[in-house]
Amino acid sequence: MLTPPRIRRETPQRYRLEAGKCKKCGEIYFPPRLICRECQGREFETVTLPGTGKVAAYTVIRTAPTGFGDQAPYAMGVVELENGARVLCQVADCSPEEVKVGLEVHLEFRRIQAEGESGVLAYGYKAVPER
Amino acid sequence: MVGIIGFGAYIPRFRIKVEEIAKVWGADAPSYKKGLMLEQKSVPGPDQDTITIAVEAARNAVLRAGIDPAGIGAVYVGSESHPYAVKPSGTAVAEALGAVPDCHCADLEFACKAGSEGMFLGMALVKSGEVDYALAIGADTSQGAPGDALEYSAAAGGAAFIMGKDNVVAELECQYSFMTDTPDFWRREHMMYPKHGGRFTGDEAYFKHVRGGVEGILAKSGRKKEDFKYIVFHQPNGKFPTRMAKKLGFTEEQYKTGLLVPTLGNTYSGASPLGLAAVLDEAKPGDRILMCSFGSGAGSDAFIFKATDKLAQVQDKARKTRYYLDTNPIYLDYGMYAKFRKKIHKNVEED
Amino acid sequence: MRDVAIIGIGMTDFGEHWKVSLRDLFVEAALNAMDDAGVDHVDSMYIGSMSPGLFTGQEHIGSLLADYLGQAPIPATRVESACASGGLALRCGIMDVASGMNDIVLVSGVEKMTDVTGGGATYALATAADGEYEAFHGVTFPGLYAMIATAHMHKYGTTREDLAHVAVKNHANGALNPHAQYPFPVTVDGVINAVKVADPLTILDCSPITDGAAAAVICPLDMAKKLAKKAPVKILASAHATDSIALHQRKDLTWLNSTAVAAQKAYKDAGLSPKDIDFAEVHDCFTIAEICVIEALGFVEKGQGGQAARTGLTARDGKIPVNTSGGLKSKGHPVGATGIAQIHEAVSQLRGEAGKRQLSNPRRGLTQNMGGSGGSAVVHILEVL
Repeated sequence: MLTPPRIRRETPQRYRLEAGKCKKCGEIYFPPRLICRECQGREFETVTLPGTGKVAAYTVIRTAPTGFGDQAPYAMGVVELENGARVLCQVADCSPEEVKVGLEVHLEFRRIQAEGESGVLAYGYKAVPER
Repeated sequence: MVGIIGFGAYIPRFRIKVEEIAKVWGADAPSYKKGLMLEQKSVPGPDQDTITIAVEAARNAVLRAGIDPAGIGAVYVGSESHPYAVKPSGTAVAEALGAVPDCHCADLEFACKAGSEGMFLGMALVKSGEVDYALAIGADTSQGAPGDALEYSAAAGGAAFIMGKDNVVAELECQYSFMTDTPDFWRREHMMYPKHGGRFTGDEAYFKHVRGGVEGILAKSGRKKEDFKYIVFHQPNGKFPTRMAKKLGFTEEQYKTGLLVPTLGNTYSGASPLGLAAVLDEAKPGDRILMCSFGSGAGSDAFIFKATDKLAQVQDKARKTRYYLDTNPIYLDYGMYAKFRKKIHKNVEED
Repeated sequence: MRDVAIIGIGMTDFGEHWKVSLRDLFVEAALNAMDDAGVDHVDSMYIGSMSPGLFTGQEHIGSLLADYLGQAPIPATRVESACASGGLALRCGIMDVASGMNDIVLVSGVEKMTDVTGGGATYALATAADGEYEAFHGVTFPGLYAMIATAHMHKYGTTREDLAHVAVKNHANGALNPHAQYPFPVTVDGVINAVKVADPLTILDCSPITDGAAAAVICPLDMAKKLAKKAPVKILASAHATDSIALHQRKDLTWLNSTAVAAQKAYKDAGLSPKDIDFAEVHDCFTIAEICVIEALGFVEKGQGGQAARTGLTARDGKIPVNTSGGLKSKGHPVGATGIAQIHEAVSQLRGEAGKRQLSNPRRGLTQNMGGSGGSAVVHILEVL
């Protein structure tokens, strides 16, 4: 459901990887939350996620959902970033066979979705293997 | 001192060879390769566009400039392939860097010189003291019409330059712009592919305006051809810039570092900016650089830079232009290229 | 709190029912259950349905279905927890009866998934995932489970064949189930070489898109002993637990914590341990899910789930038969109905009505119904009297 208000609201996370760090226990939340699930703390500071990490789990999507058909097959991974936080995203610019648990990647700015030919464009991050 | 304080490049990883395209259209690949001095071109992935390329190039420029992006006071993205006809690419770049909200932004177009235009404006804003840092980006993912000569060369890529007065890595010695109203190459609103005047795009367009830009800046600055270690001209193919260099009396030694087109293709608004970035990746303090862009319609922006001591300190702070150009490219066949570039009619709008 | 028992069960065939609407699927299953229980009126009803809104454009189905069942103006509640909607509907009904608020309660589940295209169904199902940080990026449900599979394979050495054995076992069972959508056997090679959906999963690792409904009638245990036409089945435990719905926000990508927590509570409430369970119906939305679920239920050690189907541990003649119904894989998975269909199989087994799939003298069964990629889990333990 790609609507302008959603795209605008999610920009700090999608464009700048802004996360929240619990001031009490240090747990990192991406996206930021209002209450820490570990210590119930309610105060957070804004931190930027590091752009590098490793693949912790992956798959290759061959039957794609609507809007992603032109990209299939594409690899997707749970990427564990250097500070321990994890994101889920596509792994781009590689053949599907290259993706393995432990693959080192960095995040790049990419177009994630487009609402058809006339609708809004949604940008965000994808993982690219380190070469 | 005013000049470039940070620079960065970005080129997508996919490539397609001239032979692959020629095969489909029944054309003679060797003669295209020879005539255009071109082997292959870069292809944007389906998830890449002028905005994504501009953001990555700008991130690299910020790494080299070593500044807090919040200090950037102006962002200009020049392209022929802005993702929206109405809604700037520059605002997305500014948002991605965190330069918002105290920032001026404008999208620029002037065929292949839209990138250098931003540099021209940015330098002037910094000189006047209106902004501390200005960011100019030339990036494109332009389309070549299927079967047309330009399909062999229309490529994707971009470069970004942050301009300011502190910690300058390449001092701006002079800037000059030369322009006329010449219909050599154009695209009407709502048309997918551009059109051009064939051989008219040579003498009356590219050669006339690049010559005008170069001769104009040499006169304005009082410099001579021999003063330059590097020259970078707009490079729609390999033939035009090398022939121009020869006509103007420059040497291969001067142009070879900044000549990326044989393995990159024509990145339109990114072309001479990427050539400049490749030069800055290697230049040594004291080296003088002449850059002259060309945009159909038509005009040229010319700049003279001199590398400072600080350049050596920043070159390795981000991935270099040739890293993007040469490392592990992924080659496509024409079918995959046509799919990526949305040249295939599909029934469903969303897919 | 009163003890609760199941006195009637009913379900439709599971499959593509082009001619039957959501309303009629529900009513067919509900009437089957009410007839099986010998009642013609219920005091309240609960319907588990993941998304009648996205699949058929219809919300407000509590009232709609109470009316179509001829039971209006009774209270009717639509319950949602993605694919655990059915199991959660049962739990809500149990609370209604146990608390004393109502006596005879209908619990049910229904989903009509074939009025939309494949793309529309995928979109609706994806709302069980994290829309902003999972679905937005282009992941599908098979994709999420495929990631659990690659992580499990990397960490524990589970193989592609281990996954296929789950499908083979469940299809062998489903072939004996007259209600099943795909009542035919499959082979390990057939599973591995089928059309790829999200590596390493193929289409035969994945449960299908299905229309169907299932229902059960519950009442206080004391009333059941007087009312029921057949042996009542006592509900020993009903537990529900949650976890982050986003896979990447869980501590351990290979561990289904919501199932583990719900199971631990259920065992505790029933005063039982995993070895006291004679058989189980679990949520094999994908083959890897069954492998992870039996670990979380304590039937095997953590990480050892891969061997179970391959070695026959979970076969009908194994130590702990799992999914004698054919599971979601072979029986079908009309999302909201699944939790109640699992109850249907468990009660059938406990009553001795499971036909060719009948186990010998089972006393206690467990059902585990799960939402999304493990964001919610509902576990019930049943015992025949």
